[in-house]
Amino acid sequence: MSLMTPLNRVLGLGQAKGAAEHWWLQRVTAVALLPLGLWFAYALLTLGGFDYVSVTAWVQRPVTSVLLILLVVAVGYHSALGVQVVVEDYVTGNGSKAATLVASTLAHVGLTIAGVFAVLKIALGS
Amino acid sequence: MHGVERPISPHWIYRWEITMWLSSLHRITGLLLSFGAVVLAAWLIALASGPDAFATASAIVGALWFKPLLVGWTFCFFFHLANGVRHLTWDAGYGFDPKRIRASGRLVIVVTLLATAAFTYAAII
Repeated sequence: MSLMTPLNRVLGLGQAKGAAEHWWLQRVTAVALLPLGLWFAYALLTLGGFDYVSVTAWVQRPVTSVLLILLVVAVGYHSALGVQVVVEDYVTGNGSKAATLVASTLAHVGLTIAGVFAVLKIALGS
Repeated sequence: MHGVERPISPHWIYRWEITMWLSSLHRITGLLLSFGAVVLAAWLIALASGPDAFATASAIVGALWFKPLLVGWTFCFFFHLANGVRHLTWDAGYGFDPKRIRASGRLVIVVTLLATAAFTYAAII
């Protein structure tokens, strides 16, 4: 006889799995990306020159550094969640589906860390 | 049930209309923006690597063959953003009746084309 309650035995076994949290985080990151995305587009428009000195000086401004890091993290998370849904919908076969999901997760973590590290290195000087 | 070919997606049954086009486009633009994020990360890494690496990155991003890609990502960005707002209003419980759902879809198309044209003119060309 199991000591688990009937509810605890079935929690997480349904097809939905962590869907509620996935759904919610997709929306939270979407809301974050509205101002961050518009800011980034506006910043590119008003940057002036795209030469090394101008862009470095822009990234080194504290407000820019912080907003860029937030942008990179929000993009990475939002993209990871979105690509996951696409893979789950279109990649058939449990093996290839799992392999694609692992590859996507690793790529997203790698890109996010690369982006954050790059901004920090530029902002804090080499 | 087995051995019977049954339709599995709405586009096999219903006439295509604006809501279905925009729904597909939301997913496609999202996926393309994920690849754009790779370019953004590479651009930041190049900048962090120093003037020589950034010069190489600038040569690629500034090349003529790269401009269509930039315009494409601009379109994807503004469409995904505008249609994303549309999705968020639905999540909040508004704008679900057929008339409004089509009107907001047309608005998204207009906003996307205007924003893409303006950004392309101001920053890419």
